[in-house]
Amino acid sequence: MRRRWNRYAIEVAALRVLRPLGIAFFVLITVFPFYYMVLLSVRDISEIIESPGSIIVGLGELSTDAYERVLKPTSEGGEGFLRFLLNSLLLAAGTVVVTLLVSILGAYAVSRLEFFGRRAVHFLFLSVYLFPAILLAIPLFVAFSKMGLRGELWVLVIVYVAQTLPICVYMLRNYFETVPVSLEEAAEVDGATRMQIIRKITLPLAIPAIAATGLFVFMIAWNEFLFALLFLVEERPNWTVSLGVSQLTNIETPATTLMAGSVILTVPIIVLFLFAERLMTEGLTRGAEKG
Amino acid sequence: MTAVQAKPKRRARGTRAQRDARAGLALVSPTVIVVVVMVVLPVLWALLLSFQRIRLIQIRRMDILGSEYTLRNYDLLFGSSDFLAAIRVTLMYSVLGTFGAIALGLIAALLVRRPFKGRAAVRGVMLLPYVAPVVAIAFIWRVLLSPQLGFVNAVGTDVLGWDSPIPFLSQERGEITLFGLSFGVPTALLMVIFFESWKSFPFAFLFILARLQAVPGELEEAAKMDGATPTQVFRHILLPQLAGVIALIAVLRFIFTFNAFDEIYLLTGGGAGTEVLATQVYSFLTARNDVGASAAVAMFMAAVLAVLLLVYLKFFAERDRPA
Repeated sequence: MRRRWNRYAIEVAALRVLRPLGIAFFVLITVFPFYYMVLLSVRDISEIIESPGSIIVGLGELSTDAYERVLKPTSEGGEGFLRFLLNSLLLAAGTVVVTLLVSILGAYAVSRLEFFGRRAVHFLFLSVYLFPAILLAIPLFVAFSKMGLRGELWVLVIVYVAQTLPICVYMLRNYFETVPVSLEEAAEVDGATRMQIIRKITLPLAIPAIAATGLFVFMIAWNEFLFALLFLVEERPNWTVSLGVSQLTNIETPATTLMAGSVILTVPIIVLFLFAERLMTEGLTRGAEKG
Repeated sequence: MTAVQAKPKRRARGTRAQRDARAGLALVSPTVIVVVVMVVLPVLWALLLSFQRIRLIQIRRMDILGSEYTLRNYDLLFGSSDFLAAIRVTLMYSVLGTFGAIALGLIAALLVRRPFKGRAAVRGVMLLPYVAPVVAIAFIWRVLLSPQLGFVNAVGTDVLGWDSPIPFLSQERGEITLFGLSFGVPTALLMVIFFESWKSFPFAFLFILARLQAVPGELEEAAKMDGATPTQVFRHILLPQLAGVIALIAVLRFIFTFNAFDEIYLLTGGGAGTEVLATQVYSFLTARNDVGASAAVAMFMAAVLAVLLLVYLKFFAERDRPA
């Protein structure tokens, strides 16, 4: 180095300071809103109105009133969220089971078998993402209203399956292509049928990918809002947690209740995600490395 | 040693290729049937609906194919200033939202690129805005930005010395004074764009980070040996390597943001100058019960995306060929 403070040294020194600051900034903007949500859900509403800027709460001030109000059934003056939790769980689990069953077969076919129209399948899938959900919502809303089935939970399962199938087939296909074909050919020589090969060879090897895909679908179904709003809003017993929280916004609902509902909506997803983060992000970005 | 030559039991007849073709079609058919029945046919039907004057009350006794076809929905739309305003807002929202998400995601990815203590935890935490339910995060921000009990306004008035709380999500136009110059800003629209960037930056972050890990180390090492500074390495080594993945994220994010309904509906309900095409479709369908007009707006959205996607594919197919 000829000079002590050339451009190189300045940039390196600046980065040494800016990098930790930047990381701290990003952690702050991602964590703080969630912290704030939990904080408000356990505070007393009068204290929040009094000092909205305070972001710590004494242990003595903790209050679980908001949670009680949100979870209690409507007959006891609550918002009935236990029921909504059950609905969301059934809806998401049902979507996962059906989507996986259908997409495993589809992904296997696309990755292993040469058949007429194999390439056309991709264009079919592209269409799901190109068309706005709100565009699909109109004809589905009209059709299910016409059939008198609009408020049913199982109808929503079918809608969600259609929305998640393409991404599932894509994720699973990427994984199946990493399973060596030779294993399957060995089984075939031994006389196994196609279904036996899928069940006994391919599926056990693909368990991590299937788990990741299943979790992904669960999250999409649990978080979904538009179709739940359009299809279920007049059918309160069938509300999902997302829809329940979104309907808490009338004037007399305190912010603490709203935040308690949001915590109940968010916690299952964050727990699932932290538990399986690696599994899921790898499944999604596989292939991105190639550019 | 017994060499039993088990004869494979094969119920299916025909050559191997024929058997594979049959099995492939059988296995893929449930997927195709679901997508055709729940996506393709509804889209085609929505196209028909957009050419009819249909109200929600009439649907119980209407024909599936309808009877009278007319251009009136489209005619009314293009003469309506609300619709033209929604096009403008949608474009601003999706272009700036996409840009914000990618800029934040790129910076975040560069920051956590090298190993440090707690890196895995930081990376996991940064994905939270994208995985958390949209209803929950929209309401968190509604409370944070609320003029009465929101944290942002409390800090603004108590610490930063604002004269009065700013109704961030219900103010259509606000005024900012900088260096003695004051100019108008679309407050609520900027807020929903900011929200969209915050919520979606993890998506860009994840993909850019994955691509960064795959950049060959030798390239950077060589540049450093030649005395390249960090910004020069970024500009001349990393950015060209990232161009492809950034372009792809830009297209995907643009499509998602262009189609987005939840975020705006939950934050502002489409008020205060934030009405986008998606919320307009919804209000035509539910508040005005006008199925035909809502289908026409939605078809317009699909058409815009189709055109943009074709342009992108053509542009990129030609650029990628020599490589």
